[in-house]
Amino acid sequence: MRFPRSRVSVRDLPTGLWLTLTAALLGVVTVATSAPPGAPWEPPATLQETGLYADWATKTVAPGTLLFSPQYPLWSDGATKTRWMRLPKGTFIDARNPDVWRFPVGTRLWKEFRFSRRAETRFIERGPEGWRFAAYAWNADETAATLVGENGLRRCVEIREGVVHAVPSRADCRVCHEAGPVHVLGVTALQLSSARDPNAPHAEPLPEGAVDLDTLVARRLVRGLPASVTATPPRISAPTPLSRAALGYLSANCGGCHTGTGELSSLSFALNYTLNRRADQLAPAMATAVDKPSKFRVPGMPEAINRLCSGHPDASVVVQRMASRNPLVQMPPLGTQLVDEEALALIKRWIAEDLTPSASSTAAGVRQP
Amino acid sequence: MMRARQIVATSALIAVVAGIAGARVGAQEKPAAPAAKPAASNAAQVARGKYLVAGHGCNDCHTPYKMGDNGPEPDMTRFLSGHPADMALPPPPQPVGPWIASVSASFTAWSGPWGISYTANLTPDKETGLGTWTSQQFMDTIRNGRVQGHGRQLLPPMPWPAYKNMNDADLKAVFAYLRTIPAIKNKVPDPVIAPPPPGK
Repeated sequence: MRFPRSRVSVRDLPTGLWLTLTAALLGVVTVATSAPPGAPWEPPATLQETGLYADWATKTVAPGTLLFSPQYPLWSDGATKTRWMRLPKGTFIDARNPDVWRFPVGTRLWKEFRFSRRAETRFIERGPEGWRFAAYAWNADETAATLVGENGLRRCVEIREGVVHAVPSRADCRVCHEAGPVHVLGVTALQLSSARDPNAPHAEPLPEGAVDLDTLVARRLVRGLPASVTATPPRISAPTPLSRAALGYLSANCGGCHTGTGELSSLSFALNYTLNRRADQLAPAMATAVDKPSKFRVPGMPEAINRLCSGHPDASVVVQRMASRNPLVQMPPLGTQLVDEEALALIKRWIAEDLTPSASSTAAGVRQP
Repeated sequence: MMRARQIVATSALIAVVAGIAGARVGAQEKPAAPAAKPAASNAAQVARGKYLVAGHGCNDCHTPYKMGDNGPEPDMTRFLSGHPADMALPPPPQPVGPWIASVSASFTAWSGPWGISYTANLTPDKETGLGTWTSQQFMDTIRNGRVQGHGRQLLPPMPWPAYKNMNDADLKAVFAYLRTIPAIKNKVPDPVIAPPPPGK
Protein backbone atom coordinates (compact mmCIF):
# COMPACT_ATOMS: atom_id res chain seq x y z
CA MET A 1 0.00 0.00 0.00
CA ARG A 2 1.38 3.39 -0.98
CA PHE A 3 0.72 6.62 0.77
CA PRO A 4 0.94 10.09 -0.71
CA ARG A 5 3.64 12.32 0.56
CA SER A 6 1.21 15.02 1.49
CA ARG A 7 -1.26 14.54 4.25
CA VAL A 8 -4.61 13.25 3.24
CA SER A 9 -8.02 13.87 4.66
CA VAL A 10 -9.51 11.53 7.20
CA ARG A 11 -11.91 10.59 4.43
CA ASP A 12 -9.02 9.17 2.50
CA LEU A 13 -7.86 6.84 5.18
CA PRO A 14 -8.20 3.25 4.17
CA THR A 15 -10.54 1.89 6.77
CA GLY A 16 -8.82 -0.48 9.08
CA LEU A 17 -5.36 0.69 8.08
CA TRP A 18 -4.41 1.36 11.62
CA LEU A 19 -5.93 -1.78 12.85
CA THR A 20 -3.99 -3.69 10.26
CA LEU A 21 -0.81 -1.96 11.28
CA THR A 22 -1.51 -2.62 14.90
CA ALA A 23 -2.33 -6.23 14.25
CA ALA A 24 0.82 -6.69 12.24
CA LEU A 25 2.92 -5.29 15.03
CA LEU A 26 1.28 -6.85 17.96
CA GLY A 27 -0.84 -9.78 17.06
CA VAL A 28 -3.88 -7.81 18.14
CA VAL A 29 -5.70 -8.54 21.34
CA THR A 30 -5.14 -11.51 23.51
CA VAL A 31 -8.07 -11.27 25.87
CA ALA A 32 -10.69 -13.85 25.14
CA THR A 33 -14.16 -12.61 24.25
CA SER A 34 -17.37 -14.40 23.58
CA ALA A 35 -18.67 -15.13 20.11
CA PRO A 36 -19.49 -12.09 17.96
CA PRO A 37 -23.11 -11.01 17.87
CA GLY A 38 -25.48 -12.87 15.61
CA ALA A 39 -24.81 -15.07 12.70
CA PRO A 40 -23.30 -13.11 9.85
CA TRP A 41 -25.42 -12.50 6.79
CA GLU A 42 -23.64 -12.99 3.51
CA PRO A 43 -24.91 -10.58 0.87
CA PRO A 44 -25.29 -11.83 -2.70
CA ALA A 45 -22.08 -11.40 -4.66
CA THR A 46 -23.68 -9.44 -7.47
CA LEU A 47 -26.60 -7.10 -7.92
CA GLN A 48 -28.01 -9.55 -10.40
CA GLU A 49 -28.40 -12.09 -7.61
CA THR A 50 -30.46 -9.74 -5.46
CA GLY A 51 -33.38 -10.19 -7.80
CA LEU A 52 -33.91 -6.60 -8.85
CA TYR A 53 -33.98 -7.32 -12.56
CA ALA A 54 -35.92 -9.98 -14.38
CA ASP A 55 -33.85 -9.28 -17.47
CA TRP A 56 -30.36 -8.06 -16.79
CA ALA A 57 -29.58 -7.16 -20.38
CA THR A 58 -32.52 -4.79 -20.73
CA LYS A 59 -32.59 -3.82 -17.04
CA THR A 60 -36.22 -4.80 -16.80
CA VAL A 61 -37.17 -5.01 -13.16
CA ALA A 62 -38.75 -8.14 -11.81
CA PRO A 63 -42.53 -8.45 -11.52
CA GLY A 64 -43.89 -7.02 -8.31
CA THR A 65 -41.04 -4.56 -8.00
CA LEU A 66 -42.40 -1.09 -7.30
CA LEU A 67 -40.77 2.10 -8.48
CA PHE A 68 -41.16 4.92 -5.97
CA SER A 69 -39.91 8.46 -5.47
CA PRO A 70 -39.92 10.35 -2.16
CA GLN A 71 -41.11 13.91 -2.53
CA TYR A 72 -38.26 15.24 -0.38
CA PRO A 73 -35.15 13.48 -1.67
CA LEU A 74 -32.03 13.04 0.40
CA TRP A 75 -29.12 15.10 -0.91
CA SER A 76 -26.49 12.79 -2.37
CA ASP A 77 -24.08 15.24 -3.99
CA GLY A 78 -26.35 15.64 -6.99
CA ALA A 79 -26.71 11.98 -7.84
CA THR A 80 -29.66 10.96 -9.97
CA LYS A 81 -31.37 8.25 -7.99
CA THR A 82 -33.87 5.56 -8.84
CA ARG A 83 -35.59 3.55 -6.14
CA TRP A 84 -37.54 0.32 -6.03
CA MET A 85 -39.07 -1.91 -3.39
CA ARG A 86 -40.65 -5.33 -3.39
CA LEU A 87 -42.77 -6.95 -0.71
CA PRO A 88 -43.10 -10.71 -0.44
CA LYS A 89 -46.25 -11.91 -2.14
CA GLY A 90 -49.30 -11.63 0.10
CA THR A 91 -47.67 -9.34 2.62
CA PHE A 92 -48.19 -5.67 3.39
CA ILE A 93 -46.73 -2.76 5.31
CA ASP A 94 -48.25 -2.18 8.72
CA ALA A 95 -48.88 1.56 8.82
CA ARG A 96 -50.93 1.89 11.97
CA ASN A 97 -48.31 4.28 13.21
CA PRO A 98 -48.14 6.59 10.19
CA ASP A 99 -44.64 7.73 11.11
CA VAL A 100 -43.15 4.32 11.81
CA TRP A 101 -44.13 1.80 9.19
CA ARG A 102 -43.42 -1.85 9.84
CA PHE A 103 -42.20 -3.86 6.87
CA PRO A 104 -42.66 -7.61 6.50
CA VAL A 105 -39.71 -9.96 6.60
CA GLY A 106 -38.49 -10.41 3.07
CA THR A 107 -39.01 -6.80 2.02
CA ARG A 108 -36.31 -5.67 -0.40
CA LEU A 109 -35.38 -2.16 -1.49
CA TRP A 110 -32.86 -0.88 -4.00
CA LYS A 111 -31.51 2.57 -4.77
CA GLU A 112 -29.43 3.28 -7.82
CA PHE A 113 -26.99 6.21 -7.82
CA ARG A 114 -25.98 7.71 -11.13
CA PHE A 115 -23.59 10.53 -11.90
CA SER A 116 -22.01 10.53 -15.36
CA ARG A 117 -22.92 6.84 -15.37
CA ARG A 118 -24.34 4.29 -12.99
CA ALA A 119 -22.16 4.36 -9.89
CA GLU A 120 -23.69 2.02 -7.35
CA THR A 121 -26.92 0.35 -6.34
CA ARG A 122 -27.66 -0.03 -2.64
CA PHE A 123 -29.70 -2.93 -1.41
CA ILE A 124 -31.45 -3.46 1.89
CA GLU A 125 -33.47 -6.44 2.92
CA ARG A 126 -35.61 -7.13 5.95
CA GLY A 127 -34.37 -10.37 7.45
CA PRO A 128 -35.77 -12.17 10.46
CA GLU A 129 -33.04 -10.64 12.61
CA GLY A 130 -33.38 -7.12 11.27
CA TRP A 131 -32.35 -5.08 8.26
CA ARG A 132 -29.46 -6.16 6.08
CA PHE A 133 -27.37 -3.77 4.01
CA ALA A 134 -25.20 -4.15 0.94
CA ALA A 135 -23.97 -2.01 -1.93
CA TYR A 136 -22.98 -2.93 -5.47
CA ALA A 137 -20.56 -0.92 -7.57
CA TRP A 138 -21.07 -0.77 -11.32
CA ASN A 139 -18.20 -1.28 -13.67
CA ALA A 140 -17.34 1.38 -16.22
CA ASP A 141 -19.41 -0.04 -19.06
CA GLU A 142 -22.33 -0.85 -16.74
CA THR A 143 -22.37 -4.50 -17.59
CA ALA A 144 -21.86 -5.70 -14.04
CA ALA A 145 -22.41 -4.54 -10.48
CA THR A 146 -20.48 -6.39 -7.82
CA LEU A 147 -20.66 -6.42 -4.06
CA VAL A 148 -18.67 -3.74 -2.29
CA GLY A 149 -16.80 -4.94 0.77
CA GLU A 150 -17.79 -4.22 4.31
CA ASN A 151 -15.58 -1.14 4.44
CA GLY A 152 -17.12 0.54 1.42
CA LEU A 153 -15.37 1.91 -1.64
CA ARG A 154 -13.67 5.26 -1.40
CA ARG A 155 -13.21 5.91 -5.09
CA CYS A 156 -16.21 4.97 -7.17
CA VAL A 157 -17.25 7.44 -9.88
CA GLU A 158 -16.13 11.01 -10.35
CA ILE A 159 -18.82 13.49 -9.42
CA ARG A 160 -16.92 16.45 -10.76
CA GLU A 161 -13.27 17.29 -11.15
CA GLY A 162 -11.46 16.35 -7.98
CA VAL A 163 -14.50 14.92 -6.20
CA VAL A 164 -15.18 11.21 -6.32
CA HIS A 165 -18.30 9.49 -5.09
CA ALA A 166 -17.75 7.05 -2.23
CA VAL A 167 -19.80 3.95 -1.54
CA PRO A 168 -20.52 3.79 2.20
CA SER A 169 -19.32 1.10 4.53
CA ARG A 170 -21.94 -1.21 5.98
CA ALA A 171 -21.38 0.43 9.35
CA ASP A 172 -22.31 3.76 7.79
CA CYS A 173 -25.42 2.19 6.28
CA ARG A 174 -26.46 1.36 9.81
CA VAL A 175 -25.51 4.80 11.08
CA CYS A 176 -28.18 6.37 8.90
CA HIS A 177 -30.78 3.67 8.68
CA GLU A 178 -30.77 2.54 12.29
CA ALA A 179 -30.49 5.87 14.03
CA GLY A 180 -34.20 6.29 14.54
CA PRO A 181 -37.29 4.15 14.80
CA VAL A 182 -37.74 4.18 11.01
CA HIS A 183 -35.17 2.12 9.16
CA VAL A 184 -36.50 2.62 5.64
CA LEU A 185 -36.04 6.32 5.22
CA GLY A 186 -37.76 7.20 1.97
CA VAL A 187 -40.89 5.07 2.25
CA THR A 188 -43.26 6.94 4.52
CA ALA A 189 -46.76 8.33 4.29
CA LEU A 190 -45.43 11.85 3.92
CA GLN A 191 -42.73 10.99 1.41
CA LEU A 192 -45.07 9.03 -0.84
CA SER A 193 -48.03 11.36 -0.53
CA SER A 194 -49.70 12.37 -3.75
CA ALA A 195 -49.63 15.95 -2.48
CA ARG A 196 -46.09 16.48 -3.64
CA ASP A 197 -44.28 19.64 -2.70
CA PRO A 198 -43.32 21.53 -5.87
CA ASN A 199 -40.79 23.60 -3.95
CA ALA A 200 -38.84 20.72 -2.43
CA PRO A 201 -35.14 21.03 -3.31
CA HIS A 202 -34.21 18.64 -6.11
CA ALA A 203 -37.81 17.50 -6.36
CA GLU A 204 -38.93 15.53 -9.33
CA PRO A 205 -42.41 14.88 -10.62
CA LEU A 206 -43.65 11.43 -9.81
CA PRO A 207 -41.89 9.23 -12.38
CA GLU A 208 -44.03 7.35 -14.84
CA GLY A 209 -45.05 4.03 -13.39
CA ALA A 210 -44.10 4.96 -9.84
CA VAL A 211 -46.40 4.17 -6.95
CA ASP A 212 -47.57 6.72 -4.43
CA LEU A 213 -49.40 6.41 -1.14
CA ASP A 214 -52.80 6.28 -2.77
CA THR A 215 -51.73 3.42 -5.02
CA LEU A 216 -50.19 1.45 -2.18
CA VAL A 217 -53.29 1.84 -0.04
CA ALA A 218 -55.61 0.96 -2.90
CA ARG A 219 -53.59 -2.17 -3.63
CA ARG A 220 -53.65 -2.99 0.08
CA LEU A 221 -49.89 -3.06 0.23
CA VAL A 222 -50.11 -0.45 2.98
CA ARG A 223 -52.71 -1.14 5.63
CA GLY A 224 -53.83 0.36 8.89
CA LEU A 225 -53.18 4.03 8.21
CA PRO A 226 -55.26 6.22 10.51
CA ALA A 227 -58.24 7.92 8.90
CA SER A 228 -56.64 11.28 9.61
CA VAL A 229 -53.91 10.39 7.13
CA THR A 230 -56.04 8.74 4.49
CA ALA A 231 -58.75 11.39 4.44
CA THR A 232 -56.55 13.81 2.56
CA PRO A 233 -53.08 13.21 1.16
CA PRO A 234 -50.62 14.04 3.95
CA ARG A 235 -48.64 17.20 3.55
CA ILE A 236 -46.58 19.45 5.73
CA SER A 237 -48.71 22.10 7.32
CA ALA A 238 -46.98 25.42 7.16
CA PRO A 239 -47.93 29.08 6.79
CA THR A 240 -45.99 29.53 3.55
CA PRO A 241 -44.74 27.35 0.70
CA LEU A 242 -41.24 28.27 1.78
CA SER A 243 -41.80 26.94 5.29
CA ARG A 244 -43.34 23.78 3.90
CA ALA A 245 -40.31 23.09 1.72
CA ALA A 246 -37.85 23.91 4.48
CA LEU A 247 -39.52 21.62 7.00
CA GLY A 248 -39.69 18.88 4.40
CA TYR A 249 -36.03 19.19 3.52
CA LEU A 250 -34.95 19.11 7.16
CA SER A 251 -37.16 16.13 7.81
CA ALA A 252 -35.73 14.12 4.93
CA ASN A 253 -32.10 15.11 5.33
CA CYS A 254 -31.74 15.49 9.10
CA GLY A 255 -34.79 13.85 10.61
CA GLY A 256 -33.58 10.30 10.13
CA CYS A 257 -31.20 10.73 13.06
CA HIS A 258 -32.66 13.76 14.79
CA THR A 259 -35.92 12.27 15.93
CA GLY A 260 -35.79 13.41 19.53
CA THR A 261 -35.86 9.79 20.57
CA GLY A 262 -33.48 6.88 20.84
CA GLU A 263 -29.78 7.32 21.16
CA LEU A 264 -29.74 11.03 20.46
CA SER A 265 -32.71 11.78 22.70
CA SER A 266 -30.49 13.63 25.15
CA LEU A 267 -30.15 16.37 22.54
CA SER A 268 -33.91 17.06 22.68
CA PHE A 269 -33.61 17.88 19.01
CA ALA A 270 -36.03 16.60 16.39
CA LEU A 271 -36.20 17.60 12.75
CA ASN A 272 -38.42 14.80 11.51
CA TYR A 273 -41.89 15.91 10.49
CA THR A 274 -44.39 13.68 12.22
CA LEU A 275 -47.99 13.06 11.26
CA ASN A 276 -48.94 11.24 14.43
CA ARG A 277 -49.38 14.15 16.81
CA ARG A 278 -52.13 16.32 18.15
CA ALA A 279 -53.46 19.01 15.87
CA ASP A 280 -52.29 21.75 18.21
CA GLN A 281 -48.76 20.41 18.53
CA LEU A 282 -45.93 22.16 16.74
CA ALA A 283 -43.85 20.41 14.16
CA PRO A 284 -40.84 18.96 15.99
CA ALA A 285 -38.41 21.27 14.20
CA MET A 286 -40.33 24.32 15.29
CA ALA A 287 -40.54 23.10 18.85
CA THR A 288 -36.96 21.98 19.30
CA ALA A 289 -34.85 24.10 16.98
CA VAL A 290 -36.17 27.62 16.59
CA ASP A 291 -34.30 29.83 19.04
CA LYS A 292 -33.22 26.78 20.98
CA PRO A 293 -29.57 26.64 22.03
CA SER A 294 -27.28 24.17 20.34
CA LYS A 295 -24.83 22.05 22.29
CA PHE A 296 -22.38 22.39 19.42
CA ARG A 297 -20.10 25.37 19.00
CA VAL A 298 -19.04 26.20 15.47
CA PRO A 299 -15.32 27.03 15.44
CA GLY A 300 -14.80 30.72 14.76
CA MET A 301 -18.53 31.48 15.03
CA PRO A 302 -19.20 32.50 18.63
CA GLU A 303 -22.41 34.22 17.57
CA ALA A 304 -23.89 30.94 16.35
CA ILE A 305 -25.60 29.78 19.51
CA ASN A 306 -29.07 28.67 18.50
CA ARG A 307 -29.93 25.79 16.23
CA LEU A 308 -32.17 28.06 14.17
CA CYS A 309 -31.80 31.72 15.06
CA SER A 310 -34.98 33.38 13.88
CA GLY A 311 -34.29 36.14 11.42
CA HIS A 312 -30.56 35.42 11.38
CA PRO A 313 -29.53 32.54 9.15
CA ASP A 314 -25.80 33.06 9.56
CA ALA A 315 -26.11 32.87 13.32
CA SER A 316 -27.88 29.53 13.06
CA VAL A 317 -25.83 26.45 13.87
CA VAL A 318 -27.89 24.35 11.44
CA VAL A 319 -26.91 26.66 8.59
CA GLN A 320 -23.25 26.71 9.53
CA ARG A 321 -23.09 22.95 9.69
CA MET A 322 -24.99 22.48 6.43
CA ALA A 323 -22.55 24.89 4.80
CA SER A 324 -19.44 23.05 6.00
CA ARG A 325 -17.67 19.96 4.79
CA ASN A 326 -15.09 20.04 7.55
CA PRO A 327 -15.48 16.56 9.03
CA LEU A 328 -15.69 18.01 12.52
CA VAL A 329 -18.48 20.39 11.63
CA GLN A 330 -20.44 19.14 8.64
CA MET A 331 -23.99 17.91 8.71
CA PRO A 332 -24.96 15.36 7.72
CA PRO A 333 -21.74 13.83 9.02
CA LEU A 334 -21.61 11.24 6.26
CA GLY A 335 -22.89 10.44 2.80
CA THR A 336 -22.02 13.77 1.21
CA GLN A 337 -18.91 15.62 0.17
CA LEU A 338 -20.54 18.64 -1.46
CA VAL A 339 -22.67 21.31 0.14
CA ASP A 340 -26.26 21.32 -1.06
CA GLU A 341 -26.24 24.92 -2.20
CA GLU A 342 -29.86 24.96 -3.34
CA ALA A 343 -31.10 23.68 -0.01
CA LEU A 344 -28.76 25.93 1.92
CA ALA A 345 -30.20 28.95 0.14
CA LEU A 346 -33.71 27.74 0.88
CA ILE A 347 -33.06 27.23 4.58
CA LYS A 348 -31.36 30.60 4.89
CA ARG A 349 -34.25 32.34 3.20
CA TRP A 350 -36.70 30.52 5.43
CA ILE A 351 -34.90 31.60 8.57
CA ALA A 352 -34.62 35.17 7.36
CA GLU A 353 -38.17 35.57 6.05
CA ASP A 354 -40.43 33.15 7.87
CA LEU A 355 -38.91 32.66 11.27
CA THR A 356 -39.52 35.36 13.79
CA PRO A 357 -38.73 35.25 17.49
CA SER A 358 -42.29 34.15 18.10
CA ALA A 359 -42.36 31.58 15.32
CA SER A 360 -41.85 28.67 17.62
CA SER A 361 -44.91 29.62 19.62
CA THR A 362 -47.24 30.43 16.76
CA ALA A 363 -49.15 28.28 14.37
CA ALA A 364 -46.15 27.66 12.10
CA GLY A 365 -45.76 23.97 11.63
CA VAL A 366 -48.92 23.10 13.52
CA ARG A 367 -50.79 20.26 11.91
CA GLN A 368 -54.02 21.18 10.28
CA PRO A 369 -56.89 19.12 11.58
CA MET B 1 15.16 2.92 28.80
CA MET B 2 14.82 3.07 25.05
CA ARG B 3 13.69 -0.51 24.97
CA ALA B 4 11.17 0.09 27.69
CA ARG B 5 9.88 3.06 25.80
CA GLN B 6 9.58 1.09 22.61
CA ILE B 7 7.60 -1.53 24.40
CA VAL B 8 5.27 1.05 25.84
CA ALA B 9 4.96 2.80 22.51
CA THR B 10 4.10 -0.46 20.86
CA SER B 11 1.57 -1.42 23.44
CA ALA B 12 0.02 2.01 23.14
CA LEU B 13 -1.01 1.16 19.63
CA ILE B 14 -3.69 -1.09 20.97
CA ALA B 15 -5.51 1.77 22.55
CA VAL B 16 -9.06 0.90 23.29
CA VAL B 17 -12.51 2.33 23.41
CA ALA B 18 -14.28 5.47 22.35
CA GLY B 19 -13.41 8.35 20.11
CA ILE B 20 -11.89 11.69 20.49
CA ALA B 21 -14.44 14.24 21.47
CA GLY B 22 -14.73 17.63 23.03
CA ALA B 23 -13.90 21.19 22.22
CA ARG B 24 -10.69 23.02 22.98
CA VAL B 25 -11.00 25.04 26.12
CA GLY B 26 -8.60 25.91 28.80
CA ALA B 27 -10.08 23.59 31.39
CA GLN B 28 -7.61 22.18 33.85
CA GLU B 29 -7.82 18.81 35.40
CA LYS B 30 -9.52 18.66 38.72
CA PRO B 31 -9.14 16.09 41.45
CA ALA B 32 -11.03 12.94 40.75
CA ALA B 33 -14.47 12.57 42.22
CA PRO B 34 -15.02 9.44 44.27
CA ALA B 35 -15.75 6.43 42.13
CA ALA B 36 -19.31 5.20 42.01
CA LYS B 37 -19.84 1.98 43.87
CA PRO B 38 -21.42 -0.66 41.66
CA ALA B 39 -24.66 -2.13 42.90
CA ALA B 40 -24.45 -5.76 43.79
CA SER B 41 -26.67 -6.60 40.86
CA ASN B 42 -24.17 -5.38 38.31
CA ALA B 43 -21.01 -6.16 40.24
CA ALA B 44 -20.28 -9.10 38.00
CA GLN B 45 -20.80 -7.00 34.90
CA VAL B 46 -18.50 -4.30 36.25
CA ALA B 47 -15.88 -6.89 37.11
CA ARG B 48 -16.07 -8.26 33.59
CA GLY B 49 -15.72 -4.74 32.24
CA LYS B 50 -12.71 -4.07 34.42
CA TYR B 51 -11.11 -7.25 33.13
CA LEU B 52 -11.77 -6.28 29.52
CA VAL B 53 -10.50 -2.73 29.94
CA ALA B 54 -7.32 -3.98 31.55
CA GLY B 55 -6.75 -6.68 28.99
CA HIS B 56 -7.57 -4.64 25.91
CA GLY B 57 -5.08 -1.93 26.70
CA CYS B 58 -7.43 1.05 27.09
CA ASN B 59 -4.98 2.47 29.57
CA ASP B 60 -2.20 2.60 27.05
CA CYS B 61 -3.66 5.52 25.15
CA HIS B 62 -6.42 6.93 27.32
CA THR B 63 -4.29 7.37 30.45
CA PRO B 64 -1.43 9.84 29.96
CA TYR B 65 2.04 8.48 30.49
CA LYS B 66 4.55 10.21 32.72
CA MET B 67 8.18 9.49 33.45
CA GLY B 68 8.53 7.50 36.63
CA ASP B 69 11.30 5.73 38.47
CA ASN B 70 11.05 2.81 36.10
CA GLY B 71 10.60 4.82 32.95
CA PRO B 72 7.32 5.76 31.26
CA GLU B 73 4.29 4.71 33.25
CA PRO B 74 0.62 5.62 33.26
CA ASP B 75 -0.31 8.51 35.48
CA MET B 76 -3.02 6.83 37.50
CA THR B 77 -4.17 10.13 38.95
CA ARG B 78 -5.44 10.78 35.43
CA PHE B 79 -6.79 7.30 34.87
CA LEU B 80 -8.53 7.06 31.47
CA SER B 81 -9.07 10.81 31.32
CA GLY B 82 -7.52 11.18 27.86
CA HIS B 83 -5.11 13.75 26.55
CA PRO B 84 -4.54 16.39 29.24
CA ALA B 85 -6.11 19.72 28.34
CA ASP B 86 -3.22 21.56 29.96
CA MET B 87 -0.51 19.81 27.97
CA ALA B 88 0.83 22.20 25.33
CA LEU B 89 2.48 20.49 22.40
CA PRO B 90 4.59 21.87 19.58
CA PRO B 91 3.57 21.00 16.02
CA PRO B 92 4.24 17.35 15.23
CA PRO B 93 7.24 16.39 13.10
CA GLN B 94 6.63 15.91 9.41
CA PRO B 95 6.58 12.31 8.21
CA VAL B 96 9.75 11.05 6.59
CA GLY B 97 9.65 8.28 4.03
CA PRO B 98 7.64 5.33 5.24
CA TRP B 99 7.55 6.71 8.81
CA ILE B 100 4.19 8.36 8.60
CA ALA B 101 3.03 8.73 12.19
CA SER B 102 4.32 10.08 15.48
CA VAL B 103 3.12 10.08 19.05
CA SER B 104 3.61 12.31 22.04
CA ALA B 105 5.51 11.10 25.10
CA SER B 106 2.19 10.93 26.94
CA PHE B 107 0.84 8.54 24.28
CA THR B 108 -2.30 10.63 24.19
CA ALA B 109 -1.59 12.72 21.08
CA TRP B 110 -1.07 11.09 17.70
CA SER B 111 -0.12 12.60 14.38
CA GLY B 112 -0.36 11.03 10.95
CA PRO B 113 -1.93 11.41 7.52
CA TRP B 114 -5.30 12.07 9.13
CA GLY B 115 -4.07 15.05 11.15
CA ILE B 116 -3.70 15.09 14.93
CA SER B 117 -5.89 13.09 17.26
CA TYR B 118 -6.13 13.26 21.03
CA THR B 119 -7.37 10.36 23.07
CA ALA B 120 -10.76 10.80 24.70
CA ASN B 121 -11.75 11.22 28.29
CA LEU B 122 -13.48 7.95 29.18
CA THR B 123 -14.30 8.87 32.75
CA PRO B 124 -17.91 9.53 33.78
CA ASP B 125 -17.44 13.27 34.05
CA LYS B 126 -20.66 14.76 32.70
CA GLU B 127 -19.10 17.77 30.99
CA THR B 128 -15.93 16.37 29.52
CA GLY B 129 -16.19 12.60 29.66
CA LEU B 130 -18.79 9.94 28.99
CA GLY B 131 -21.03 11.01 31.85
CA THR B 132 -24.04 11.76 29.68
CA TRP B 133 -23.55 8.87 27.27
CA THR B 134 -25.82 5.88 27.22
CA SER B 135 -24.66 2.31 26.97
CA GLN B 136 -26.23 2.13 23.52
CA GLN B 137 -24.31 5.19 22.33
CA PHE B 138 -21.11 3.63 23.57
CA MET B 139 -21.83 0.38 21.76
CA ASP B 140 -22.72 2.18 18.56
CA THR B 141 -19.55 4.24 18.78
CA ILE B 142 -17.50 1.08 18.78
CA ARG B 143 -19.64 -0.69 16.22
CA ASN B 144 -19.93 2.19 13.75
CA GLY B 145 -16.64 3.96 14.32
CA ARG B 146 -18.40 7.26 14.86
CA VAL B 147 -18.66 9.55 17.87
CA GLN B 148 -21.76 8.64 19.84
CA GLY B 149 -22.50 6.19 17.09
CA HIS B 150 -23.67 8.76 14.57
CA GLY B 151 -21.27 11.70 14.51
CA ARG B 152 -17.90 12.16 12.91
CA GLN B 153 -15.52 9.29 12.32
CA LEU B 154 -13.25 8.06 15.05
CA LEU B 155 -9.62 8.69 14.20
CA PRO B 156 -6.51 6.52 14.37
CA PRO B 157 -5.11 4.88 16.35
CA MET B 158 -8.45 3.90 17.89
CA PRO B 159 -8.82 0.30 16.69
CA TRP B 160 -12.59 0.16 16.64
CA PRO B 161 -12.61 -2.20 13.64
CA ALA B 162 -11.32 -4.85 16.05
CA TYR B 163 -13.46 -3.97 19.00
CA LYS B 164 -16.66 -3.80 16.98
CA ASN B 165 -16.48 -7.58 17.01
CA MET B 166 -17.01 -7.70 20.75
CA ASN B 167 -20.48 -8.86 21.69
CA ASP B 168 -23.11 -6.68 23.28
CA ALA B 169 -22.60 -8.10 26.74
CA ASP B 170 -18.90 -7.31 26.72
CA LEU B 171 -19.34 -3.81 25.37
CA LYS B 172 -22.00 -3.14 27.97
CA ALA B 173 -19.67 -4.48 30.63
CA VAL B 174 -16.89 -2.14 29.52
CA PHE B 175 -19.27 0.79 29.67
CA ALA B 176 -20.64 -0.29 33.04
CA TYR B 177 -17.10 -0.41 34.41
CA LEU B 178 -16.23 2.99 32.95
CA ARG B 179 -19.18 4.42 34.88
CA THR B 180 -17.55 3.34 38.13
CA ILE B 181 -14.12 4.89 37.73
CA PRO B 182 -13.42 8.34 39.17
CA ALA B 183 -14.82 11.20 37.13
CA ILE B 184 -12.06 13.54 36.01
CA LYS B 185 -12.81 16.89 34.47
CA ASN B 186 -10.51 17.14 31.47
CA LYS B 187 -11.65 18.75 28.24
CA VAL B 188 -9.70 16.99 25.54
CA PRO B 189 -8.84 19.24 22.57
CA ASP B 190 -10.60 18.83 19.27
CA PRO B 191 -8.66 16.82 16.73
CA VAL B 192 -6.93 18.66 13.94
CA ILE B 193 -8.09 17.41 10.57
CA ALA B 194 -5.44 17.47 7.88
CA PRO B 195 -6.40 19.43 4.77
CA PRO B 196 -7.34 17.38 1.75
CA PRO B 197 -4.50 16.61 -0.61
CA PRO B 198 -4.25 18.68 -3.79
CA GLY B 199 -6.88 17.86 -6.34
CA LYS B 200 -9.33 16.46 -3.82
